[in-house]
Amino acid sequence: MSLREALDSGQFVVTGEIGPPKGLDTHEMMEELEDLKGIVQAVNVTDIQSSVMRLGALAVCGKMVQMGIEPVFQMTCRDRNRLALQSDLLSAAWLGIENVLALTGDYTTLGDHPGAKPVYDLDSTTLLQTITTLEGGKDLSGNDLAGAPKFFKGAVVTPCADPIEPQIIKLEKKVEAGAQFIQTQAVYDPAQFEAFMKRVAHIKVPILVGIVPLKSAGMARFMNQNVAGITIPDPLIQQMKEAKKDDRMKVSAEIAGRLIKDMKGMCQGAHLMPLGWTRMVKDVLQIAEV
Amino acid sequence: MIVTERKELTEILEQLTDDKRIYLVVCGGCPEGAKTGTPEEVEKLKGELTEAGKEIVGDVRIDFLCNKALVGTRLSRKLDALRRADALLVLSCGIGVQATTAITMMKAHPALNTVSMGGFQGLFPSAERCQECGECVLSYTGGICPITVCSKSLLNGQCGGSKNGMCEVSTDRPCGWQLIWERAHELGLEDRLKRFIPLRNYSRWDFPDELRTTVRWALEVEETREEEEAEEVAKSSDRKKEKGQ
Repeated sequence: MSLREALDSGQFVVTGEIGPPKGLDTHEMMEELEDLKGIVQAVNVTDIQSSVMRLGALAVCGKMVQMGIEPVFQMTCRDRNRLALQSDLLSAAWLGIENVLALTGDYTTLGDHPGAKPVYDLDSTTLLQTITTLEGGKDLSGNDLAGAPKFFKGAVVTPCADPIEPQIIKLEKKVEAGAQFIQTQAVYDPAQFEAFMKRVAHIKVPILVGIVPLKSAGMARFMNQNVAGITIPDPLIQQMKEAKKDDRMKVSAEIAGRLIKDMKGMCQGAHLMPLGWTRMVKDVLQIAEV
Repeated sequence: MIVTERKELTEILEQLTDDKRIYLVVCGGCPEGAKTGTPEEVEKLKGELTEAGKEIVGDVRIDFLCNKALVGTRLSRKLDALRRADALLVLSCGIGVQATTAITMMKAHPALNTVSMGGFQGLFPSAERCQECGECVLSYTGGICPITVCSKSLLNGQCGGSKNGMCEVSTDRPCGWQLIWERAHELGLEDRLKRFIPLRNYSRWDFPDELRTTVRWALEVEETREEEEAEEVAKSSDRKKEKGQ
């Protein structure tokens, strides 16, 4: 069953995420993929995450298709203009990649090549529109394609942003442009997520709640200060602070599992971003009872 | 001089869908030279708008709409009259439209597109910036330019990088789309942000050689051209005379 079929069937779907390495030593990434294989429905591959140059998502997704692990190919608008984005979409389809997640992309100056020229020829909404156009057998200039691709198109939203209205307006645009599933930014407050889900009840597209397991109290505090749309409640930070170093992964899995358990009735799935801690995912899902 | 061109009437009317009573704000600076803001052009536009069922409730010409101090003093006397209109239609570069919105806090639509000259920023710029993109969208973004105010020049709303109203690029830089949202919210124009802005034509960001040479193009090139044309006319009439002899 594919991600599209799993979501269509109405079951609660879990996706995971990996980030390719900087260089060709892929053994850790391969281990992470082995951890996730058979446990999650599909695995996102980040696209030059945080603007730090690394191995490309397209190649990794192509390899995953061969390995029998369903990829979600993340595509940002930071590094490619409309020619390259369309070409890479055709390449993805040719490699057997069905799921594409459209993102704006972190700004260039946040990464390790701050002098790079940012592109943003398209934005996340017009990228979705572009994918829809290609599926219709045409390119952006209206030329015919010899063989049209077929994708399952994803988009993202930040449910805990303040103010939330601009996020909802953009989400509506993304769905109008063709988004078929939504993976959210990390959520740590089920009540806040519930309020968000009520605000978007009119949007009939499956939503997978984003979960980023906490690795330490320091990381939680850092995220609170620096990551957009994330508010980690103090009790969770306290729990991580009190955990002994060897127990941190266990406590983190309990927190993440409990969050999914609390929110699984509100949405259609969960998107786990374990930031390398893939070996805990099995426990998280057990605690979440999914 | 900043070069502008008139938007197609259909696009202007599309912007004015929700507005019937229109007040024209005309920049008497660059659009005069660019022949997009001459009294004749303004009269022509008025005729077209009236024919399309719009009511022109007034107009004002201000030299250099990019000069916010000047706009403030000139428009403050007319605020009551302005407020009786549903919207302002501004004949200026993108800076003039933004300055007019900021001063009046009224819905303002651009009647012109600003043509790229490769980065010339108005004669009296304040905080507003215009990229001279040639496809002005200020009608749909609360009168704040997303191309110059957003780090990523996003056209369809904010990215996920906005935190506490600030941009992910720098903690002292406001999120452009947060500013746009706040302005639209204050003016009750949230619904206009829902419009899907299609792909841009970036070839319009390039600029013709004649604008590349100098910002005094209109003075230096156009006037010489007129002189040359006059000479040509004189020569040809001389030739006619010779033939006639």
